[in-house]
Amino acid sequence: MTTVTLYALCGVILFGIGFYGVIICRHLLRKVMALNLMGTGVFLILIALARRTPGDRPDPVPHAMVLTGIVVAVSATALALALLRRLHRETEIGDLPHDAK
Amino acid sequence: MSFELTILGLILVPLAAGIAAFIVTRFAAILAVATALLQSLFAFRLAGYVLSNGPLRYKIGGWGAPLGIDLYVDGLSALMVIMTALVGLAVATYSTSYFAIPEHGREHRSNVDIFWPLFLILWSALNALFLSADIFNLYVTLELLTLSAIALIGLAGTVKSLQAALRYLLIAMSASLFYLLGVALLYSVYGTVDWELLGAQMQFDLPDRCAIVLICVGLLLKTALFPLHFWLPAAHANAPAPASALLSGLVLKASFYVLLRMWFDVFPYADLRAVGNLLGILGAAAIVWGSVQAIRQQHLKLLVAYSTVAQIGYLFLVFSLASEPSASWNAWNGAAYFSVSHAFAKAAAFMAAGSLVFATGSAKIDDLAGIAQQQPVTVFAFALAGVGLMGLPPSGAFLSKWLLLNASLSSGKWFFTAVILLGSLLAAIYVFRVVAKSFEAGERQPTRHVPALMQWTPLVLALLSIGLGIVATRPLELLKIGAPVAIEKTP
Repeated sequence: MTTVTLYALCGVILFGIGFYGVIICRHLLRKVMALNLMGTGVFLILIALARRTPGDRPDPVPHAMVLTGIVVAVSATALALALLRRLHRETEIGDLPHDAK
Repeated sequence: MSFELTILGLILVPLAAGIAAFIVTRFAAILAVATALLQSLFAFRLAGYVLSNGPLRYKIGGWGAPLGIDLYVDGLSALMVIMTALVGLAVATYSTSYFAIPEHGREHRSNVDIFWPLFLILWSALNALFLSADIFNLYVTLELLTLSAIALIGLAGTVKSLQAALRYLLIAMSASLFYLLGVALLYSVYGTVDWELLGAQMQFDLPDRCAIVLICVGLLLKTALFPLHFWLPAAHANAPAPASALLSGLVLKASFYVLLRMWFDVFPYADLRAVGNLLGILGAAAIVWGSVQAIRQQHLKLLVAYSTVAQIGYLFLVFSLASEPSASWNAWNGAAYFSVSHAFAKAAAFMAAGSLVFATGSAKIDDLAGIAQQQPVTVFAFALAGVGLMGLPPSGAFLSKWLLLNASLSSGKWFFTAVILLGSLLAAIYVFRVVAKSFEAGERQPTRHVPALMQWTPLVLALLSIGLGIVATRPLELLKIGAPVAIEKTP
């Protein structure tokens, strides 16, 4: 197994754990953290795949994608935390009800 | 005004106006309406360029792929930009009045201040998405769109709307990551994210199949195809009325547009017959399930939201119908036109619903009894939007359904013919439930006065959705430019 495959597999596992967490965890803060874990998984895969190009230097395009992805992830997390704080202030609980309406 | 200015203006003007509206809150509404007028002008000019020159590509800053960002416009994207411009103009006009009402606005001062910047940034993201030439750029614009949509859902600040916003955030963000993973896979195999180049090289081996599944799952979640629609009704019904109109009319169309692009321009769709049939069947299930749920709702906005679940189903029939070469043109054309006519009709329906809810002070359908006498314009607007949803002639939805029906007949898929007809019947039931209630005889307490703009804007938009069936030649001509499927004579 090459280093690249190892890292990519690790990324896939992180993505899986994160997705599991988003669905299973009850508390919203955990869900938001799980979402970030999913993102980290994708970024790890992108970084690993950047190494696959021939030559010594890695491909810069996936790196640029990861940077963009991180910006998106940070903004989404900030928005999620702001909404969560507001919800917590109104209801004093951090879970979502099962009934969707 | 050159092509360059037009295509960049469509993205940069609303972005700049959004930032300005965030800083100078006092003039935000005027700024938004002015931007909306300018955008409509830009959108029609862009369509003019496409009609006279065919599909166009623009390299931002002259860099070109893979380092720079390319923009691309063909008939489909030009039509989507026009759709966004007209619905956006209507929503802007409606909102000036809607947020001037104290209970929507001044009592929660901060909400109004945030609405205008969000609305303008959402608009910029939509235009950027429709004009993107690469699949990574589509990811970025989808995220911009989702972030502003989440904030719009939470705008009302009630517990329900906050919960709906958070639920949507978790789902839409996971969906985006699925999509991004698919993009990463495609890039690692082909070394490009430009969808034209990808489409030319795409094979059908294991990494490609994984990428196709990941991208489809992500986009289906975002477009809320049955059974992944569970987040939609709460999110769309709890937002303020103008936001609901944007979410149902435009935001869902963006992720559908990405899927439509991917499917016909990038994926080898001839090999995806089985997946296409599955999507078609899910679409049919969405039509029946969404309509039945809409009929059962007690709240007006939830009824309209479930109607969206149903109408999204029609769009997905294209993936099954287009796998027959004889039917692909009609199916593709029908789905593209349906998304435009649905955007007009649904935005009108949500805005009319918002006015009715304001007039009665109640969200319940039962409280609409006899309202037609006091609010004739708004009820008429809702009924006309309903005609646009049912697809009665001469509405745009009728024409699109006609195209889809033709496709289902020529490909021999009778099942879909039956579902399309059943869907129209069920739509008639839920629309008439509201209209019949509002004509009920008997005593009723006086309703509140609804500002003129909140009465007439939905009516004009509903008329436009019906007019789409009458002035169809030009838009259908536009759709032919750069169409990914073989063009046939339209009936």
